[in-house]
Amino acid sequence: MNVKNMQEALGYECLAGEAWLDRPVKGAYQSDLLSDVMGKAQAGMVWVTSQVHKNIVAVASLKELSAIIAVNERKVDPEVIEAANEEEVIILASGKPAFETGGELYRWMSETKSG
Amino acid sequence: MRIEYHIEGGDFSSGGSASSAVRKTLKQFNIAPLLVRRIAVVLYEAEMNVVAHAYHGTMTVDIRPTGIHVVIEDSGPGIEDIDKAMEEGFSTATDEVRQMGFGAGMGLPNIRKNCDEMKLTSTPGEGTRLEIQVNF
Repeated sequence: MNVKNMQEALGYECLAGEAWLDRPVKGAYQSDLLSDVMGKAQAGMVWVTSQVHKNIVAVASLKELSAIIAVNERKVDPEVIEAANEEEVIILASGKPAFETGGELYRWMSETKSG
Repeated sequence: MRIEYHIEGGDFSSGGSASSAVRKTLKQFNIAPLLVRRIAVVLYEAEMNVVAHAYHGTMTVDIRPTGIHVVIEDSGPGIEDIDKAMEEGFSTATDEVRQMGFGAGMGLPNIRKNCDEMKLTSTPGEGTRLEIQVNF
């Protein structure tokens, strides 16, 4: 299970970090509180969030998360995308609300693990 | 090896850059990935506390054969009640800062959980000093 499989299966748009899409995915964590992610997310997880400011790049990079999935149609500033590309952070956009994004991701991960 | 970083209060877009720089240095030293991740959490939370609450500060990082020793000192409002500040869920962050996902009251608890020694002292109206140690 890698970011590219996930992105293709769930139709996410890749906004940053296209060169690292073969990175493995080891689970997911959903939260909009940065310290919650710092404390609880594990390396290799994808992070589902509605935060799109620049500091999400630092969190994803420091925690070695496999990708950020921005929910809804949140607009991600070019400055954030540039920082992500520099820090080798992948940002995907789900285009759906957090609940739907989390639900689809959970189902995909369960099916992919068992299949 | 000793490195000092400046941290500017209120500068959220550069927030985390000192922590990222230290992380890159530790990776070059071949420190175990799990340790690097623990140190990254500690440094990031300490750095963002200065960004969110203080006017400016410094992070002094000492990398020794036995571990990493870090002192974060700021000029700022200080902490009135340190025991309260250490409680999970307690925060004095502004609404604006909370909307960005900070101020959940988990920063200091995250630091405590991920370091081996922690000493927090503060003079209200002057500033705060946080000293932490993570052993290799």
